[in-house]
Amino acid sequence: MGVSEEETYGRILVQLLPRVGALRRRGLAGWAILAGGTIVTVLATMTLLAPWISPYDPIAINVGPLLSPPSSQYPLGTNHLGQDMLSRVYSGGAIMFQVSILSVIVCLLVGVPIGLFASYKGGYTDKVASLVMDSIYAFPGLVLAIAIAAMLGPGVVNMALSIAVVYVPSYFRIIRSQVLTIKELPYVDAARMIGAKTRTTLSSYVLPNVVPSIVAVATINFADAILTAAGLTFVGLGLSVATPDWGWDLTYGRRLLTSGAWWVIAFPGLMVVLLALGFTLLGEGLSELFSPRLER
Amino acid sequence: MLESAALSAGNSYLARPDSFTFMSLKSYVIARILLTIPMIMLLLTFVFLIIRVLPGDPASLHFEKNVDPTTLLAFKKQLGLDKPLLTQYFDYLIGLAHGDFGKSMQDYSPVSQQIFSAFPATLELAINATIIMVVLGVFLGAVAGRYYNTMRDHSIRIFGIASYAIPVFFLGEVLIMVFGIYLRWFPAGGRMYPGLTPLGLTINGTHYATGLYVLDSLLEGNWEKLSYAIRYLTLPSLALGLVLCGIFIRLTRSNMLETLQLDYVAAARARGLKERTVVYSYALRNAFLPILTMMGLQFAALLAGAVLTETTFSWPGLGRYLVDRISFRDYIAIQGVVVFFGLIVAAVSLVVDILYAFLDPRIRL
Repeated sequence: MGVSEEETYGRILVQLLPRVGALRRRGLAGWAILAGGTIVTVLATMTLLAPWISPYDPIAINVGPLLSPPSSQYPLGTNHLGQDMLSRVYSGGAIMFQVSILSVIVCLLVGVPIGLFASYKGGYTDKVASLVMDSIYAFPGLVLAIAIAAMLGPGVVNMALSIAVVYVPSYFRIIRSQVLTIKELPYVDAARMIGAKTRTTLSSYVLPNVVPSIVAVATINFADAILTAAGLTFVGLGLSVATPDWGWDLTYGRRLLTSGAWWVIAFPGLMVVLLALGFTLLGEGLSELFSPRLER
Repeated sequence: MLESAALSAGNSYLARPDSFTFMSLKSYVIARILLTIPMIMLLLTFVFLIIRVLPGDPASLHFEKNVDPTTLLAFKKQLGLDKPLLTQYFDYLIGLAHGDFGKSMQDYSPVSQQIFSAFPATLELAINATIIMVVLGVFLGAVAGRYYNTMRDHSIRIFGIASYAIPVFFLGEVLIMVFGIYLRWFPAGGRMYPGLTPLGLTINGTHYATGLYVLDSLLEGNWEKLSYAIRYLTLPSLALGLVLCGIFIRLTRSNMLETLQLDYVAAARARGLKERTVVYSYALRNAFLPILTMMGLQFAALLAGAVLTETTFSWPGLGRYLVDRISFRDYIAIQGVVVFFGLIVAAVSLVVDILYAFLDPRIRL
């Protein structure tokens, strides 16, 4: 051993630091990564600290007057239940993070092995897997997620599963397109020739080359998952009122529009946009960084 | 995803026969249709399984709370849910082949009737959103490409990325707030002023309506109805079009950047044509085929967006019907709408691919 954990992390940090500086020289891609990373970090920190920084209980009703506009006491106003919007904005992201993290994990666990194995094997395995994935990919994602979520019922895990089913093909496609090239390269042939098992070849020789694309897809996929989760909530398949959720605020805020209560939708809506934007910027920046020839 | 979708020239690597380059148009079309069949079958099976096999059977889920067994059994019998799964599956497929999308769990009325009466509203919204999405996206993309790496280019690109991150219902709510409630320029929701449903073409006292209100008003020659139809249509299609235009910005921009390096563009410039003509009339023409393909690819996203847009604007289309059925736990109707969406998407992508083959001379070699 000899090297302690802190030392290893320290070394990685030292290697990373100059890269943050270098990012800025990468032009728009670098800026996108920096901006996206900052947005996501700030929102994640805000959500984590919510219990300590919220002025009121986000799900307690009648903490203030109903539908009061932003004031010094309720900086972002209150909704039709008299709940404090600032507290709800602080903690409403937890659901978004949970659902999107869980669905990305499921996508990775399912999409990556299938993508690697099927496209490496080729032949019928590849054809069948592609056909199934293509059929799902061609489908309007939200509509499929609605069908699944309607059957599974409400809940964070169920939402994440319905979303994951829809996005697995995105992972499959990107992995397949890369593996088709990589598997023809001489070094993969060499690995095969010295008798490496399929699993070893895939995990030690093919996978490392696909990882950058997977990271980029997964990051953009966070944004998709967040928007889909908000969409599911909007059609009535979200969580109950007892959970602070930006999507819920947007859904019920629609009914309050005629009363002019813009603050009920504006702040949770901006939060969803910011979070999705953060992940999109991060993902776009990463994919541009990893494959510069794709973008000019 | 966004990336690969924008760059893959074809619609899908599998739905496109490998060696189509040397096929006649006719055999290409036949091969393409044959490839659509397994996809549709898979999709139908998938939706069937979601409704029947996921935990909890649809009939008991529909009642939510305890229901006495006799009522439940009678209910299942009415809908054919008491039969063995395989029998149900064949009933379902045979029904679909006859345009039967099952019976509503609420009143046993045929779901197909509801679907067909709600579809024109969705179609009208989709058509208008497509126009906004493509025109705006292509225009902005072309401008960004022409002014590559300038402030204008950067802001258009950022707009493109930002548009991707906005939930369509939030944008819709903001539009309703600003243009519907504060400025009162457009109605805040609904599809038509009550009682003004256009009649369409009248021949010998019989009305032939398409269900597309703008078209029907034109056919009727009623300008008041036309102006109402357009005003009701504006905000929903704007919301949906704006949210989806980003991909066209990106596609047109990258296509433009490549095209502007080509010899024929240099030749056009050398002949002294105005830069505006070179860019918007010569170079942009080259982006036509990828844009067409992308329209086919985006159609699924358009329908998914329509579900949310219709709910936001109380637009009486398929999406709102779907959301309405969700609140009634009407799983057969949900299945019907989902299947219908799938069939429409498959049909559109088939048409786009065939159109592409027809327009791209390389495929007709």
